[in-house]
Amino acid sequence: MSESKGLNILGSDAVDPLRRNFMRTAAAGAALAAMSGCNMDDFFRKHFKELSRTDLDAVLRKIEKRNLERFGKTTTVDATGARPGVEFGYGLDLSRCVGCRRCVYACVAENNQSREHPEIHWIRVLQMDKEHGVDLTHADMYYEPEHVPQPGKFYFPVQCQQCSDPPCVKTCPTGATWKEPDGIVVIDYDWCIGCRCCMSACPYGARHFNWAEPKLPADELNPDQHYLGNRPRPKGVVEKCTFCIQRTRKGRYPACVEICPVGARKFGNLLDPESEIRQVMDTKRVFIFKEELATHPHFYYFYAT
Amino acid sequence: MVGLRTWSAVGVLALTATWTAATQAQTSPTERLVQAKSPPFSEGIYPCKECHDGPGDKTRRTLAFHEDVQTMFDHDAEHRWCLDCHDNADRNVLHLSSGDPVPFTESYRLCGQCHGDKYRDWRAGVHGKRIGHWDGEKTYSLCVNCHNPHSPRFKGVVEIDVDGKQTTAPTLEKIRPEPRPRRPEEMRP
Repeated sequence: MSESKGLNILGSDAVDPLRRNFMRTAAAGAALAAMSGCNMDDFFRKHFKELSRTDLDAVLRKIEKRNLERFGKTTTVDATGARPGVEFGYGLDLSRCVGCRRCVYACVAENNQSREHPEIHWIRVLQMDKEHGVDLTHADMYYEPEHVPQPGKFYFPVQCQQCSDPPCVKTCPTGATWKEPDGIVVIDYDWCIGCRCCMSACPYGARHFNWAEPKLPADELNPDQHYLGNRPRPKGVVEKCTFCIQRTRKGRYPACVEICPVGARKFGNLLDPESEIRQVMDTKRVFIFKEELATHPHFYYFYAT
Repeated sequence: MVGLRTWSAVGVLALTATWTAATQAQTSPTERLVQAKSPPFSEGIYPCKECHDGPGDKTRRTLAFHEDVQTMFDHDAEHRWCLDCHDNADRNVLHLSSGDPVPFTESYRLCGQCHGDKYRDWRAGVHGKRIGHWDGEKTYSLCVNCHNPHSPRFKGVVEIDVDGKQTTAPTLEKIRPEPRPRRPEEMRP
């Protein structure tokens, strides 16, 4: 009597229905994977951190081949790792920034962002009132005066803060985003399922989603690419600033540092006491954005005057 | 036999030493600072000695020439005039307050006399712009790449080419910003 009281969810078939369902789903999944052109190698690939040197090389060559097919352009995709004894730090001088947005577009060009529909900018420059100080309720990112800076205003660029305790990483259900030993928070676009949990977790609005197939003209493609950085992204994945991982892992400054016409952007190794960023931290008034959230960014705002 | 073993040991040591040196060079390469090219003089103005061939009248006054400089001049104009920085005896150089001559290519030394805090920051890489490598060769801008010495408050810069090298020159106009980002409602295809 007592058995018949419960809901008869599984039915009374003699064959184990769970197993049947599983077989059906697996077959459908495999068929779908085959139809969508998704390679079975990709489907059963190990996580980036578990790939052997040979497997990683094969993956990188495959991306180069796809780049050639998609853009008709030869590219080099590498996966240069973090250097021991290096932890990157970024400084931004708020008393210098004039809000010209040169950094925004240098970043777009360097990192192969989608140009329009969707338009993706990894850097947002906020215009704020000197009267109110750093206050997001009085911030405007759509300012368009004839010339900058405007009287009574200051400019506050925001990009990924490369937190030491990143909420985005904690929330990712698939392990597609993680923190590298040199402090850069990276995304594996092949592992991202597009759930956008990380975007809602990020207190800085630094993560951006490819709502449509990214529009990137072949003649504007930057051919020097990093697997965890500026390689072209597909539709449906999240992306963000990586401190220009393809440049900085090779010792170069990020693109936004080099374009800044006022020299407001500083970059270097936090573990080197002689580096520019350490000079900033030792001698200037430095603060981090939304300190109360205890995300511990590697991005430091400062006032040189 | 012993000799052979010793030599192999030396060989291995030498190899290890080379390898260690190579790795060290890779992990801590020497930082090398390169000066950016300074912007060129206004056309036909240098060498100054072509017109000012000897010491002139040191009295502060409005000149009947160099009108462009006199119009824009806004560098503590109440207290300063030409010969506070330009050398009276040799017009092809500048001079420090001590009277020591400074070539135009080292004008930052002159700026540093009054703007000591900025000079210190600039030398440490905190003030001003550097491009290149954070751990290797970097090119640093000079004061005159961003500030017009006769009207030094920063307004804007333009990219210029000097001797085939990219550098910047200060302008008297403020910077025009790049286009604003699209609003979400403007992004629908």
